[in-house]
Amino acid sequence: MGAERLTLRSMSEHDADARAAAELAARASYGRLLATLAAGTGDVTVAEDALADAFEQALRRWPNDGVPASPEGWLLTVARNRQRDEWKSARHRLAATLEGIEVPAMDSPARTAFPDRRLSLLLTCAHPAIAKDIRTPLMLQTVLGFDAAQIGAAFAVPAATMAQRLVRAKRRIRDAGIPFELPGPEALASRLPSVLEAVYGCLSIAAPAGTVDSVQGVPAPRPTVAEGLFLAELVADSLGNDAESWSLAALAAFLLSRPVGGTYVPLEEQDPGSWNTGLLRRAEVYLRKASDVTSESGDHATPGRFQLEAAIQAVHADRVRAGRTEWTVLATLHAALNLVAPTLGSKVAEAAVIRRADGPLAALRRLNDLAEQHPQECERFQPYAVARADALRSAGNFEAAAECLERALHLTADEAVRAHLRTQLEAVRARLKP
Amino acid sequence: MRYTLLLHYPEMSPEELGPEVLAQGQEAMRSYAATLQQAGVLLGAEVLQPSHASTTVTVRDGKLRIQDGPFSDTKEQLGGYFVLDVPNLDAALDWAGRAPGAQWGTVEIRPGATHTVDGVWVPNG
Repeated sequence: MGAERLTLRSMSEHDADARAAAELAARASYGRLLATLAAGTGDVTVAEDALADAFEQALRRWPNDGVPASPEGWLLTVARNRQRDEWKSARHRLAATLEGIEVPAMDSPARTAFPDRRLSLLLTCAHPAIAKDIRTPLMLQTVLGFDAAQIGAAFAVPAATMAQRLVRAKRRIRDAGIPFELPGPEALASRLPSVLEAVYGCLSIAAPAGTVDSVQGVPAPRPTVAEGLFLAELVADSLGNDAESWSLAALAAFLLSRPVGGTYVPLEEQDPGSWNTGLLRRAEVYLRKASDVTSESGDHATPGRFQLEAAIQAVHADRVRAGRTEWTVLATLHAALNLVAPTLGSKVAEAAVIRRADGPLAALRRLNDLAEQHPQECERFQPYAVARADALRSAGNFEAAAECLERALHLTADEAVRAHLRTQLEAVRARLKP
Repeated sequence: MRYTLLLHYPEMSPEELGPEVLAQGQEAMRSYAATLQQAGVLLGAEVLQPSHASTTVTVRDGKLRIQDGPFSDTKEQLGGYFVLDVPNLDAALDWAGRAPGAQWGTVEIRPGATHTVDGVWVPNG
């Protein structure tokens, strides 16, 4: 909700600096500010509203008054005032009075064991008293700043349904008195999977740079993949010997190593020379740490989901050295991934790899099976349409491929991807002409 | 924050339990209540008679309808409740886990909304 309201104010062309400063603060600090505001009160919704108001004010006042020396401090102060006003209103009943709430300053030395309060907030969202299927969506919204529509799309749930579930979850956190406190080390282990899933969501949902908001035509402030990398590293560092969090950090580094913005280029067509070698090295270090942990824990330890995903990315990245993509190896890894953590997305991805490794007919058999098992989800799942179109085209069925591409276009919001799909559609249509 | 712990368990008669188990259960309850009191979190508690002693009442179309037996005919019945004042849900969860009822039944933890003070409803929190 907060990120959306940011773009509703009109902005003058000349206020680029102020706008950029506000957006930078939004991208880098949303979660941290929210965590600081929500701590001690348990009411995430009030904190979100207060923060959204603060951002609105920033966008209104900074162009005139200048960007403050500490943009985050400014936002926090304004948001806290707004929070107090909200509490005084009779609508909100809270357990603690304002005077009793300890809200440590962001840079205060009185720190918890975790250096970043976002991690605390993430762990709170994974509290056992919160329903399992809403934990990750909650983290994505409250800590990472995604909106209900984006989260809904990621979970193949309609936006309105997801919005309602999130509202109910936050109400429950407040009403049931679920505290914003760090869990002890035992609880940490049980809550970690949800946190990793949320960080992973940040990587897969994060819009590439250059995406514009359709309402105002200005860059929409959304968490970047860099934020996902930072959080993954934070978790991995905090735990030390958890293979999955190191794997997730590796995955983030691989994803971040590729340039974004401008034209959309599918991974296997990208120029490996354009990939950031520093990040690729980092990714390999993290992957090494993960496999060291796995091998220390004994023979035949099953690789986890993120370890497999990172391995998949490593194979793609290996094109720098090998000169081609090892599709057969990828097919094996994708198959393993679908044993460990099957999702519609991962099954579609496997089918796409099978098209390369075993040919389009094998891929279409997989895709047909999927459509039989999940007819409605496949119908509105963009990657499914893309994979199917690709297989059909490869099989020479250009008419059906064109239909699928049209459906894919219908399901795609990202302009760069749409341009790519349109090019493909034109090429396919050209094959249709007698 | 005020929380009510509702204890649900399958009912067994004293004969079914036997004197030893019965005595253990009573001692567990005594100890639990004392611990809660010691911690300063106990606002009140009551163990109810078994559900066969219940009578239900509804008023429909201006008529009072009376029926023998409890509200719902389930295997696990409401056996008693504790009203606690603790800082947050984690504290309530901790106490609920230690309630004697947790071992042989289910404890539902419900935060209170309003309560009476001298007959007047006062919002919680």
